[in-house]
Amino acid sequence: MIASPYRYQLRNYTDRIVRGACVVALILAIIPLGLVLYYVTAHGIGGIDLNFFTKLPTPVGENGGGMANAISGTLELVALASLFGIPPGILAGIYLSEYGDKTFGRLVRFSADVMSGIPSITIGLFVYALIVMRVKHFSAIAGAVALAIIMLPTVTRTTEELLRLVPDALREAALGLGVPRYKTTLRIVLRTALPGIATGIMLAIARVAGETAPLLFTAFSNRFWSSSVNEPTASLPVQIYTYAVSPYEDWHRQAWAAAFVLVAIVLILNLSARVLVRNKVR
Amino acid sequence: MASSNLVAFPRPEGANGLSTKKSLVRPDTLFGWLTAGFAALIVAVIVVMVLQMTMASKASMAAFGWRFITGSNWDPVRDEFAALPFIYGTLVSSLLALAIAVPISIGVAIYLSEWAPAWLRGPLGFTVELLAAVPSVIYGLWGIFALAPFLREVLEPALGKVFGFLPFFQGPHQGFGMLAGGIILAIMITPTIASVSREVMRAVPSILREGALALGATKWEAVRVAVLPNAKSGLLGAVILGLGRALGETMAITMVIGNRAEVSASLFAPGYSMASVIANEFSEATGDLYLSALAEIGLLLFAVTLILNIVARLLVWRSSKVTA
Repeated sequence: MIASPYRYQLRNYTDRIVRGACVVALILAIIPLGLVLYYVTAHGIGGIDLNFFTKLPTPVGENGGGMANAISGTLELVALASLFGIPPGILAGIYLSEYGDKTFGRLVRFSADVMSGIPSITIGLFVYALIVMRVKHFSAIAGAVALAIIMLPTVTRTTEELLRLVPDALREAALGLGVPRYKTTLRIVLRTALPGIATGIMLAIARVAGETAPLLFTAFSNRFWSSSVNEPTASLPVQIYTYAVSPYEDWHRQAWAAAFVLVAIVLILNLSARVLVRNKVR
Repeated sequence: MASSNLVAFPRPEGANGLSTKKSLVRPDTLFGWLTAGFAALIVAVIVVMVLQMTMASKASMAAFGWRFITGSNWDPVRDEFAALPFIYGTLVSSLLALAIAVPISIGVAIYLSEWAPAWLRGPLGFTVELLAAVPSVIYGLWGIFALAPFLREVLEPALGKVFGFLPFFQGPHQGFGMLAGGIILAIMITPTIASVSREVMRAVPSILREGALALGATKWEAVRVAVLPNAKSGLLGAVILGLGRALGETMAITMVIGNRAEVSASLFAPGYSMASVIANEFSEATGDLYLSALAEIGLLLFAVTLILNIVARLLVWRSSKVTA
């Protein structure tokens, strides 16, 4: 085949067309993010007032009220989930990075990766069967366990990956000075990787803060304050869902306001994680 | 590999200050076992999940057998349960989501890994990942009040006018339905597919690209002959991961799919998905068989996503190992 100038031009055009198509794909992918953020801000910001943060929800038909219990419920659930999910995740991550290069380590690593793909609703079902069915009532504890199971694989794999970045010279230096291995791991290796791990944890928290499906039949919901972690507990995501699918105009308004608060929390966590990473790289 | 070097590292006896050969519980051993225990917890959770879900769905399995996945009669009042409409809804909405999301995600991944200038790569990649950070229920809320009306007023009439001769685009325009479900899912799985694909493509050694470029290939030709063939299995893995997410996604799709247990060829018609029926009916379900039937749907969903994830992970692992 003789290379004609036309053929050459054609190849160049193809290159440009594909490049253009890729840019279009990128724009198409980002548009929904812009739209969602715009809608949430435009519809939500008007519903934010002091009542929203301090009052309980009002009964159907009565305007006003707020989501104080859902906000505190979400904080409570996330705090408990962190308590249940983060320490085991970090320890499992330490195992994978410091001890786990054999078959068992591979199995755990693989399980963690697979686990992060399990639908959150099935995790909710599982925790329902495991806890709620046994104690016969919904509770914040059950909700937090479900969220912790969602966090576990993320925290584990992040910890492992960041511990692996710590140079072996540090480990060898500590061991060479006679520091026992567990102390080396905790005080030298873990501490060195801590900022990165904290970032990963923030992302895991941001993810579970917005989870709805696993809470539907574990923490359930509550129109009032819950007095203990053994009671059904309201949360922002579940409240948004309930209000969004309700037929009441005033509830829709509040759903948007709650969405605004939730998105703000999630975005702030994500952005600060990003800033932390960048500072660390520098 | 951090620990492989340490294995060969001689550890002097008594290095931890209090070890004698006799003491059974050296802090080092203890700590090692502690971490191993929590690592085992991860495997245990998966195993217990499989067992627990199987047990919970026993009653329904015994009562309906295979009819459960081939029949379409879901009647809680008469204790008749069969899940075909939900399986159908989940499959159709997820495949529709893939049809929309795969070309877009691969385009995004190619642009980010091959064309984007270095200073733009980070911010653009982060923006795409933010899509994954927005909670599902927020997409659902937006779907109810923005996407569904848009589909009803604009997109569905337009599609009906142009492609109305196809059975997929017939029937009344309701906004809530399979199409809305597919679009919402597509938005939500795009970041997953895009970021995994991008990683897989970055793992292809630059020397292959450079070789193609040096032979006079244009950038796209280099991508086509050098990058894509080497990233093939990883890309497939990325798509399967996306599919897994789409199948299990619950809130957003529950809020827009219309929640009617019908099998209809039209994408405009409302449908139902496996995850949605669990979310909607589980906390109100009365009767053991009803609960068990819902648990069986959960088990099916769990089994399918588990298998998909295992396959996808193996593909992604293999492709980044071979090329790295």
